[in-house]
Amino acid sequence: MHRTGELSGQYRTLEQQRETASLGMWVFLSTEVLFFGGLFMTYTLNRSTYPDVFSAASKTITLWLGAVNTVVLIASSLTMALSVWASQVGKKKLLTIFLISTLILGCVFLGIKGIEYHDKYVEHHIPGWNFNFEPGADVATNAHAQLFFSLYFGMTGLHALHMIIGAGLLIWLIKESLRGRFTPEYNTPVEIIGLYWHFVDIVWIFLFPLLYLIDRH
Amino acid sequence: MICTALTVTAAEVDLNQYFSGLNIIVALTIAVFKAACVVLFFMHAKYSPGRTQLVIIASVFWLAVMLFMTMSDYLTRRWI
Amino acid sequence: MPREHYLNATYGIRSWLLTTDHKRIALLYLASVTFFFFIGGTFATMIRIHLLTPKGLLVTPETYNKLFTMHGVAMIFFFLIPSIPAVLGNFLLPIMIGAKDLAFPKINLLSWYIYLIGGSFVLYSFSTGGLDTGWTFYTPLSSVYSNSAVTPAVLGVFINGFSSILTGLNFIVTVHTMRAPGMTWFRLPLFVWAQYATSIIFILGTPVIAITLLLAGMERMFHLGFFNPQLGGDPILFQHLFWFYSHPAVYIMILPAMGVISEIIPTFARRPIFGYSFIAGSSIAIAVIGFFVWAHHMFVTGESTYAALTFSLLSYLVAIPSAVKVFNWTSTLYKGSISYDTPMLYALGFIGLFLIGGLTGLFLACLGLDIHLHDTYFVVAHFHYIMVGGAVMGYVGGLHFWWPKITGKLYPEFLARVAAITLFLGFNLTFFPQFILGYLGMPRRYSSYPPEFQVLNVMSTAGASILALGYLLPMVYLIWSMRYGAVAGPNPWPATGLEWQTASPPITENFEATPEVTWEPYDYENRPELGLAIHGAPSPAHGDD
Repeated sequence: MHRTGELSGQYRTLEQQRETASLGMWVFLSTEVLFFGGLFMTYTLNRSTYPDVFSAASKTITLWLGAVNTVVLIASSLTMALSVWASQVGKKKLLTIFLISTLILGCVFLGIKGIEYHDKYVEHHIPGWNFNFEPGADVATNAHAQLFFSLYFGMTGLHALHMIIGAGLLIWLIKESLRGRFTPEYNTPVEIIGLYWHFVDIVWIFLFPLLYLIDRH
Repeated sequence: MICTALTVTAAEVDLNQYFSGLNIIVALTIAVFKAACVVLFFMHAKYSPGRTQLVIIASVFWLAVMLFMTMSDYLTRRWI
Repeated sequence: MPREHYLNATYGIRSWLLTTDHKRIALLYLASVTFFFFIGGTFATMIRIHLLTPKGLLVTPETYNKLFTMHGVAMIFFFLIPSIPAVLGNFLLPIMIGAKDLAFPKINLLSWYIYLIGGSFVLYSFSTGGLDTGWTFYTPLSSVYSNSAVTPAVLGVFINGFSSILTGLNFIVTVHTMRAPGMTWFRLPLFVWAQYATSIIFILGTPVIAITLLLAGMERMFHLGFFNPQLGGDPILFQHLFWFYSHPAVYIMILPAMGVISEIIPTFARRPIFGYSFIAGSSIAIAVIGFFVWAHHMFVTGESTYAALTFSLLSYLVAIPSAVKVFNWTSTLYKGSISYDTPMLYALGFIGLFLIGGLTGLFLACLGLDIHLHDTYFVVAHFHYIMVGGAVMGYVGGLHFWWPKITGKLYPEFLARVAAITLFLGFNLTFFPQFILGYLGMPRRYSSYPPEFQVLNVMSTAGASILALGYLLPMVYLIWSMRYGAVAGPNPWPATGLEWQTASPPITENFEATPEVTWEPYDYENRPELGLAIHGAPSPAHGDD
């Protein structure tokens, strides 16, 4: 199939192409819901089995860092939505500015995550790597706390991986927007990468209360 | 859109003080509300064709089935 | 054929390995799934030879564990699940809806490469110590205690999952947005409905097994504790997560085959299908309800009685849409003008064997019976009736039905009928004794058995040799026909359906001009231009003019 301008050969109109791309991204996001869902299932079961240890373990991750990250990520969703709007009304300079802001906010998020991971490394809370929940903890508590931290790293790690991929996509978007490629007639990549970015935000919206806000007194 | 982000984030600060057994329900309700705002407005789900909305509802429903039916095994083990 | 079509439009290995033409990708998949069929078949052969004697003839018990595991992994993940969707679905879906290609042709190609990468990891696992956990990878055997090459195998299946997901995504979007003008939802061929329903399962189920295998692999590599009781984990959680996908996976394997049958029966009975909208709806119903029954694989694990009751009841419910299909196919045959061409032989065989397989599933869904039958050969016979007697017959029948379209050639009809009957007889001789063995108490996944079971086992192995012949014959004559077969016209049967209105083989863009659909599907009584009489006795199908 060959392309004429932005229209790929298998499509009849640009509108069909846009609708198809959008539906494709939504269907992909539904697979991501179930993908993360398996982790949420594991979390749900383990938390209901070991509520006290999970609560104790949750207290050792830094709440205010998580809260700041939540604000950062929601803000980046906002700038992403604004960049989609900018591309729809043809404001190319604003589009690039908003895309870059989204990328910067995303990097801030990842940086803060890096700090948190480092803290956990220092405290011997990384499973499989000299794990020791606290001095004097018995075998069972250690094992159950390790479950919490396996889930913590597993869920936030998978989330961070998705963010890194998102950042890569944003870099590509910024490059293309600087070339002036996106117009009100053709802004499909901005739209669908926006959908992806918002989804990653939503995953964090659920991760934050589940990991950081377990019965803090 | 900006208001949504601000108001909702403010709620998080309050969560620290709230410590009865209903903590998780409040926290998740707020999370669901936030997520719904993102889906409806940032992702334009409110203005999308019906099939998009079906995809969204289906994914959430399927996740709920997995969580609910699996937990129903564990939670009813002592019943009979 | 001096005419240009998709097979000769471009030449060279790069034009095949970098193609985005859905028809070529379908053939790439055909080659790969056939390769894995041979791998799985080799292990099956070794199993059946080993089981000729009560103490086991061929291998040690440890190796036997590897044989049935690798047989299952190769057959399920790398043959059955992709077979009809990735071969027939890829080839036919765009043509059946009047499109030039799928919605995302490059993703389609990517899907095939992902399949190959996943397959490579699994082959690596097979050749460096094998796999002995059962295709079900139950923990903590797989995640802690097994000494076999679990990690690469789990990684391979994980990667392969994304191949399925992308195919399902492509199909769903294509059916929604790429239909030709006039091709409304209720004019779609039932094969398309079946692929759509299957794709729903691909999308919603596969990610769950992906994350589950990832967790099991992480547990094995980093000694985490999700599924390990010694570390506070729960092996039953693994089973819940595993079967959440793997039960719907069996519907991935059967729904497309049912779609094939829904195409073949009206063609060779010369009648519109009975109850089109019920068959379409039942495909969706199976896909949906199939997600709610998974824990019927776990009745003896200690799951709660309440859960067992619920899942048992739902398992009975999921049988209803399948029964609707069988009823409708049978009703289509009634007062039809039936001809026994090879695809029809496979379709008729399918109906009978699927009936047995499906009904024995209900035996297993009954809680009291399952206590006795779980983990016996009854289960093995049940699922082979559906997966081989059902899905594989549907696949082979479909390959025959659409072979003229795919290659532009006709296969030798007499030899094909002989092969079909050989396959049917061999299959029944292989697997019917296993129902009896299971009922009598022979456990599955055991490398030895009490001597009183030997006669039935020998029968089963004898049947397997005939079954193997039934598989080999088509491979030989189908390949032979690509070079020496008679030329097929656009519509040799003839059948209704858009794919029969374009050349055999089709041009790369499928149609000279985008079709506009103004007729209902399976309109056998009203299509004079296809050589079908209006009113009166319709003429039987013939394949060789």
